[in-house]
Amino acid sequence: MIDKRCPSPGEGVADIHDGATVMIGGFGASGSPIELIHALIDHGARNLTVINNNTGNGEVGLAALIGNGQVKKMICSFPRSSQSKVFPRLYEAGEIELELVPQGTLAERIRAAGAGIPAFYTPTTVGTVLAEGKETREFDGRAYVMEPWLKADFALIKCETADIVGNLTYNKTARNFSPLMCMAATTAIVQARHVVAAGGIDPEHVITPGIFVNRVIEVPSPVHEDELIAAGRSYP
Amino acid sequence: MSVGWNREQMAARAAQDIPDGAYVNLGIGIPELVARFVPEGREFIYHTENGLLGMGPPPADHERDLDLMNAGKKYVTAMPGAAYFHHADSFSMIRGGHIDVCVLGTMQVAENGDIANWSTGAPGAIPAVGGAMDLVQGVKKIFVITQHTTRDGAPKLVERCSYPLTGPGVVSRVFTNLAVVDVTPGGFQVVELAPNVTFEDVEQHTGATILPPA
Repeated sequence: MIDKRCPSPGEGVADIHDGATVMIGGFGASGSPIELIHALIDHGARNLTVINNNTGNGEVGLAALIGNGQVKKMICSFPRSSQSKVFPRLYEAGEIELELVPQGTLAERIRAAGAGIPAFYTPTTVGTVLAEGKETREFDGRAYVMEPWLKADFALIKCETADIVGNLTYNKTARNFSPLMCMAATTAIVQARHVVAAGGIDPEHVITPGIFVNRVIEVPSPVHEDELIAAGRSYP
Repeated sequence: MSVGWNREQMAARAAQDIPDGAYVNLGIGIPELVARFVPEGREFIYHTENGLLGMGPPPADHERDLDLMNAGKKYVTAMPGAAYFHHADSFSMIRGGHIDVCVLGTMQVAENGDIANWSTGAPGAIPAVGGAMDLVQGVKKIFVITQHTTRDGAPKLVERCSYPLTGPGVVSRVFTNLAVVDVTPGGFQVVELAPNVTFEDVEQHTGATILPPA
């Protein structure tokens, strides 16, 4: 019987190598796999390229990973927010690279990688500076910009319930990019609030099929970025 | 004597032009207020980019769900009949032309419908685009709510945007504190004046040719 369970966040991220490309699920605080990110900080892999919609908040989670000097490049759609201090400081000092990608294009580039489609055309960015230098083509009289797929070595994902073969369900808007990232990463590492036996999730209710998932780690009471920030916490 | 519309009145006026049953995406800021002014007898279904259709009003503090947020990272609720989905589906709704109306704030709108609302292009500024470029290209109708001028009095309705574009030729109607203005093939055209505002007031505060109400 297939069993993808892994004992701890630390063991889950142990083979993330220096220079790896890592997708991290979540949109702002919701769906952010804080325990896996903190395990990656403990692990210490450096020169990472990280893909997430944002750049983290406060001094926990993704912001702490960036603040710890482990990230050389961020690929995201919205690197600023009222509580995002770490990335702006490093960016203004020229110590971190940024690839800015519109949110829908970011999602579709990740999806395309998981679906085996090397590039696609989108109307997004046509006529703007973000389309400069990119191939454009007309379809039915309208211009479109070509965008390439976006792959990763690893994905760090938070879900609600996983079964031991890797099928996943999520909770509300904590889903966001996570199902796409599981598809696009060579190794998808998932923290789950509940881990159940095969058959414990109705097949009709599976959101991410287990074929896209490699490791499942039970984290029964995951911390939430907003609560850590409200409590004034930092990591490590 | 009050002159023009305040933020709430601008939002209420914009809501009047959204048809019953529309799928609507609201930008951050004044556009968010539109949800408070749904006209009697109409129902709008709100989409938020981070994966929710059927978004409801903010929850009471004790009913807050940490996994239920909107694209502005604020806590929200889900209405009966709501659906959750991942980001590629969410932007398929946007890019695929399934959302009827998007209401956005802006820095500038040009007479040809160009919109600039994501970056001043200032050197050293951290660029952040989010879903704005997807929304303006994909949603069927783009409404803009904005003050007619900046805090310094510079016009926000202009001949050509000086800031980097979010999208070219996409805006159909602008709701300001002074007037409702359409983008037409002939340029800006006033559709309706706010209370105690004259066409000459609007003309004076607009940085492009603007046509009087038909």
